Amino acid sequence: MHETDMTRALILTVKDWWDAQTEPPRIERIHLTVGKFTCVEPVSLQFSFEVQRQGTFLAETELVIEEIPLVAFCHPCQQSYEPEIGLHYACPQCQSPMEDIRSGRELKIDRLEYCTDSTPSQAYAPNI
Amino acid sequence: MHQTFDAALGINLLHANQRGADHNRAHFDQWGITCFNLMSSPGAGKTALLEKTLAALSQDLKIAVIEGDMTTELDAERLRQYGVPVMAINTGRACHLDAKMVAGGLHQLAQEYVPAEFDLVLVENVGNLVCPAEFEVGEHAKVALLSLTEGEDKPLKYPIMFQEADCLLITKLDLAPYLDIDLARIEANVRQINPDVTLIPVSTKTGEGLDCWFSWVRSQVASQTTLRLEARPLEAKPDALIASPH
Repeated sequence: MHETDMTRALILTVKDWWDAQTEPPRIERIHLTVGKFTCVEPVSLQFSFEVQRQGTFLAETELVIEEIPLVAFCHPCQQSYEPEIGLHYACPQCQSPMEDIRSGRELKIDRLEYCTDSTPSQAYAPNI
Repeated sequence: MHQTFDAALGINLLHANQRGADHNRAHFDQWGITCFNLMSSPGAGKTALLEKTLAALSQDLKIAVIEGDMTTELDAERLRQYGVPVMAINTGRACHLDAKMVAGGLHQLAQEYVPAEFDLVLVENVGNLVCPAEFEVGEHAKVALLSLTEGEDKPLKYPIMFQEADCLLITKLDLAPYLDIDLARIEANVRQINPDVTLIPVSTKTGEGLDCWFSWVRSQVASQTTLRLEARPLEAKPDALIASPH
């Protein structure tokens, strides 16, 4: 399950940001955007996060995942369409191949919500 | 007072792997090596294809193999019989090779051989149609394999792998008479997702189509070499790059 590796990458990236702050903030939410045309299953990512955040500086942090639909643009028809993943990817009008993907390949840590009104968690595990 | 702030990060989740892949590619480019990442489901015939490729091309091209396998060295042993260096990487429970694992294989190559003498590194990924597609390892081209026995619908079901592929080999062509399968439909399904992919039907058993594959390999090696010569002769020594952390 590669979501485990991805969650580790996520936590390490956020840790880099956290370490760079003058006063360690309390991170309330991490917002991810995950395209539907990726090999990532949001439920698995949530599960991995819940397991891996335990005992770390993210123990109280919520992971919010926004799923982005697959949208392609057909140049002959000059219009966007949503391919049916698993069934049909070519343009439903003219059957041109799916060449120009406008959204759906995202895999991004978009933003963090944090506050600085409390002391950092003492439960921070040094192994992360 | 409770006040919440926002920090925009906008960082790709796989940026650490991407950085590692770029680092590996810098090595390959410095050494003048072309690298392919071979990916497919288990049993599609990656190792058999490598055997034929090593037998046919290792006289003209200096080739090394980085062999990803979850637990064994069975495939690596098969390939060592062809007299080329085979760096075996056991991924343990991981379902794909990542850039860091391939860097380990490159490190081994650099320690035991003179890497600049090699023309081609073939990375055999773990058998899996899903995860390897998202993890670049520093390759110049992705080669996917789909065997006839897997069915016509696989490009639709596992679209990322087929969209990412630069070259797709349809393998086990010798089984066509025994299967109720339509090669044209496979191609149509692939082209919906990746119209420009180089598609080569082959059989490692009869040898059908292999010359076409060998030509593709040779042309890729030739064009990569030209591109690199035109681009830049790098000044830093490969050893300096290897020592730097990811």
